[in-house]
Amino acid sequence: MKRHLGFWLAAGWAAVLVLPWHIGGVWPVFWPGGPQNGPSAGDGMPALIQGLLLGRPWLLASVLPLLAALAGLRATGGAKGGADGRARSAWLTAAGAGGLGWLLVESLAVTQPGLGLGAAAYAVVCLVLGAHGLALRGWCKGDVFIVASIGLVLGSILVFVGFPVVTILLSAVQDNDGRLTVVGLFDKLTDSGIWGLGCVLGTGSTCGVAWNTLALAGVVGVLTTGTGLAFALIAVRTGFRYKAALRLASILPVITPPFVIGLAIILLFGRAGVVTDLLSTLFDIPRSRWIYGMPGVAMAQILAFTPISFLVLVGVLQGVSPTLEEASQTLRATPWITFRTVTLPLIRPGLANAFLISFIESLADFGNPLVLGGNFDVLSTKIFYAVVGAAHDQGRAAVLAIILLSFTLSAFLAQRRWLGRRSYTTVAGKGDAGLPSPLPPGVRIAASAVAALWTGLTVLVYGTILVGGFMKSLGRDNTLTLIHYQTAFGIETGPNGWWFSGSAWDSLFTTLGVSLVAMPLTAALGLLTAYLLVRQSFLGRGAFEFLTMLSFAIPGTVIGVSYILAFNTPPLELTGTGLILIIAFVFRNMPVGIRAGIATLSQIDKSLDEASLTLGARSFTTLRRVILPLLRPAIVTAMVYSFVRAITSVSAVIFLVTAKYNLATAYIVGRAEVGEYGLAIAYSSALIAIMVVALLAIQLLVGERRLGRRTAALPVSTSASKVNA
Amino acid sequence: MHCKTRRPATAAGRKRLRSMVLAVTAAAGLAVLAGPSPAAASEVVVYCSVNEDWCREVVTSFERKTGIKALMTRKSAGEVYAQLRAEKSNPKADIWFGGSGDPHLQAAEEGLTEPYKSPELDRLYGWAIRQAEISGYRTVGIYMGALGFGYNKDLLAKRKIAAPACWSDLVKSDFRDEIQIADPNSSGTAYTMLATMVQLMGEDAAFDYLKRLHRNVNQYTKSGAAPAKSAAQGETMLGIAFQHDLLVEAIAGAPVAIVAPCEGTGYEIGSMSLVKGARNPDTAKIFYDWALTPEVQALGAKARNFQIPSNSGAQIPPESPRVDRMKLISYDFARYGSSAERTRLLAKWDHEVKSLSR
Repeated sequence: MKRHLGFWLAAGWAAVLVLPWHIGGVWPVFWPGGPQNGPSAGDGMPALIQGLLLGRPWLLASVLPLLAALAGLRATGGAKGGADGRARSAWLTAAGAGGLGWLLVESLAVTQPGLGLGAAAYAVVCLVLGAHGLALRGWCKGDVFIVASIGLVLGSILVFVGFPVVTILLSAVQDNDGRLTVVGLFDKLTDSGIWGLGCVLGTGSTCGVAWNTLALAGVVGVLTTGTGLAFALIAVRTGFRYKAALRLASILPVITPPFVIGLAIILLFGRAGVVTDLLSTLFDIPRSRWIYGMPGVAMAQILAFTPISFLVLVGVLQGVSPTLEEASQTLRATPWITFRTVTLPLIRPGLANAFLISFIESLADFGNPLVLGGNFDVLSTKIFYAVVGAAHDQGRAAVLAIILLSFTLSAFLAQRRWLGRRSYTTVAGKGDAGLPSPLPPGVRIAASAVAALWTGLTVLVYGTILVGGFMKSLGRDNTLTLIHYQTAFGIETGPNGWWFSGSAWDSLFTTLGVSLVAMPLTAALGLLTAYLLVRQSFLGRGAFEFLTMLSFAIPGTVIGVSYILAFNTPPLELTGTGLILIIAFVFRNMPVGIRAGIATLSQIDKSLDEASLTLGARSFTTLRRVILPLLRPAIVTAMVYSFVRAITSVSAVIFLVTAKYNLATAYIVGRAEVGEYGLAIAYSSALIAIMVVALLAIQLLVGERRLGRRTAALPVSTSASKVNA
Repeated sequence: MHCKTRRPATAAGRKRLRSMVLAVTAAAGLAVLAGPSPAAASEVVVYCSVNEDWCREVVTSFERKTGIKALMTRKSAGEVYAQLRAEKSNPKADIWFGGSGDPHLQAAEEGLTEPYKSPELDRLYGWAIRQAEISGYRTVGIYMGALGFGYNKDLLAKRKIAAPACWSDLVKSDFRDEIQIADPNSSGTAYTMLATMVQLMGEDAAFDYLKRLHRNVNQYTKSGAAPAKSAAQGETMLGIAFQHDLLVEAIAGAPVAIVAPCEGTGYEIGSMSLVKGARNPDTAKIFYDWALTPEVQALGAKARNFQIPSNSGAQIPPESPRVDRMKLISYDFARYGSSAERTRLLAKWDHEVKSLSR
């Protein structure tokens, strides 16, 4: 304990003595001879130097908490428990609370540049010191790691989710000039454009955008969960031989920029599309525009979100202990009854989570409604155009965002109710548990049919994307060409060696860098949060859980704008840096890690943790050596998802990219906007290829968990032939 | 806390070393990504709202000519406006190049941009100078593009419909479900059309016309140029858009015929503004003056964008729609560019036209 404290204390001193307290200037600016020009010359210096030499004496107060902690450490050195322990706890708690409080007041009260690395490190150190103090007092059974984790996760979520969201929601009660208008809020909230029911009542007007959004999300949620379940059943419970291919195919839509699926669907099923052409010449089916509107959007979303629900369900399905199914069979239940009364109820957490994720994804999806929506408006596109459209009405955007949020909240509560307080634990420390029972024939056939349909569509869409990149202008001029790839990824050799002359390289390098940094952070933060939520009980856990879902639920556009509003000015001045992209990705994609972690964790028997704790391991060791290995499917889900989303998301970052840090999707959207579909599709294909490689690498690195289930003796021949047929 | 058994020191040490190396690498990565760009003396940050090619062409020529590093971000005019508003208290950009004039006027109205009179101002066409005057010299016209519509010749021939030449042709039953135009709430192009109709016919007649047109519209697209693309692809028979957007498709080989409506038509004035509170005001002014010169204005055509340049000394590209042969209304940018009038018209359109069932 003392050694740990010593480390953190040293880190605290480093934060005020060595690290740059504010941003501005280059880091080693405090060395003589560093750049001296510009208004921000001294801002890169450590707090103490700024306090002593640069006329910012209030920064000197930063050492007081550190001195307090030191006093706590020395005064009671070595002793355990008793009065000494209480004294040390008091010192450390005071140090932590004092440091954080001082930082908050100091950064808000004084006009100065944005906080830098030193301040960030200082905040973390104070948090950990305070956690030590609280743990000594007996919080969370005296477990420092748990106290510090809760503090860290909660703090970062408050700063990077709560703060921006509050900032933008405040603008709901402001008019365009920043004056408060509470009266206008009610009118805006009850606008007939949002809640009108004209299409049902037949009053000659269209339906409100809120109903559109709900209907779409409901349909997509149900269908996506069903399709995902079909794939999971095939992958886990049949002897289907090409499971690897299945896995890969089901991943494809996730790794595609959403814009591109919509584009491919238009090129296929639009009025002048390839399939429509065929149908009209062969069967004389008249061309129509059915694709523009709810059918098209739903189709694109089901294609895009099924893999996520598959990933969630496959982990859960693998975790279902065959013992229970064997018991059912022994009691002479038919396969169908076993499936309906044993298997399905056991995967309820998975179903609920899969539905929740796709429901919320659909609520927040932006790219597909943008391309395929036609006259079918949904909240996310409405919000985007309320901000950037000709109306420029940020207040309306905030109102729509509030409505969207309330939907998310409802979905979240409904899911909790449905799951109730039942136990879904099926992974226990009892080793071998028998063989999973085969699927009932009806279910197998249905699952195969669904999967086949979905796979067919996917192949079509990807065929279009792959081929489109090599054609001059797909549908209009089908000459084969490499020109798009040359424009994007040209490499020339000059006098200075290799030169990346293609126009896409800059954005590609930034995208990869940002995604790679964001990936492990997202997974770690997400799984840690899941662990805290499932395994620890603390005050306000429900509210905490909801807070984590917030950033996922709010459409990316709103996140983007709120990040600019919140982080463009000191004390947290992050716009224009690569860091804000990473933060946006981490906190936006973290919820998937959390959901996957919760779904998997709720299956792992707590007795495993307890066994480890009884044997003397601390909670950190338990987490690392017992729980993490069992969480491998969740880790894969979280890493894959965060990496892929960081590469493919559009709306959240469209306001955050800059000349220096441009992202691939922003570039692709720009190209598609001016009708350079060929280049857009070529770049997308390249991204897809990169992500496939990355996914395989992640799978290989993390590996499968071994649950001690037998795998042999499934009726391979029959089921495989049926699936193939 | 109790003491625990440790693993052998060497293994633990190696492990710790490894995690330390990892942590340091990660921290270094973060620092590199987060590092604020040092405020070099000669750079300019450009928000660019014309097509990507054009932006790139302008920026690279500027760097080649002046040696000043130009950091360019391409965003639509609406997005730039939203961003400038959000960044108001701490602007990141120096200059905003291109994009429809209305958001520029809006930004001027809200004081997001800086007044400036370029020495090149006198050499511009009257419409470009008027744009500067009504904004109190906070913005200036750099190009002009006229509104029109384009039809897909193949589809029209197949259905044996007479070629439309006027706005009034568009409400004929021949075009039932065959017209696309953007939603004026999201697109400046469509707002230009709405304002053009009001100025051409008077407000009541204009809304009556738009209601009849509504029956023929199959889709209100989000982006202003999308109807041009749809007409080119054959997704719709006729699209209402700026003529230069239609021209891009026609030059790319699509069977699109472009029409300048016989009753007269409105136009946009692509503009340029200096950002207020910019970090590099001096280089921004260099860019501003330079961008108004005839040579630079020719760069648009080089990147296959055929708007009319605003400098009277610049050559009008031969491909450009001939403004001298079409009837242009005298578009009242001061009135229809103001936020009050726009909000009123958009709300009216939303309630009276868009919500009608067809």
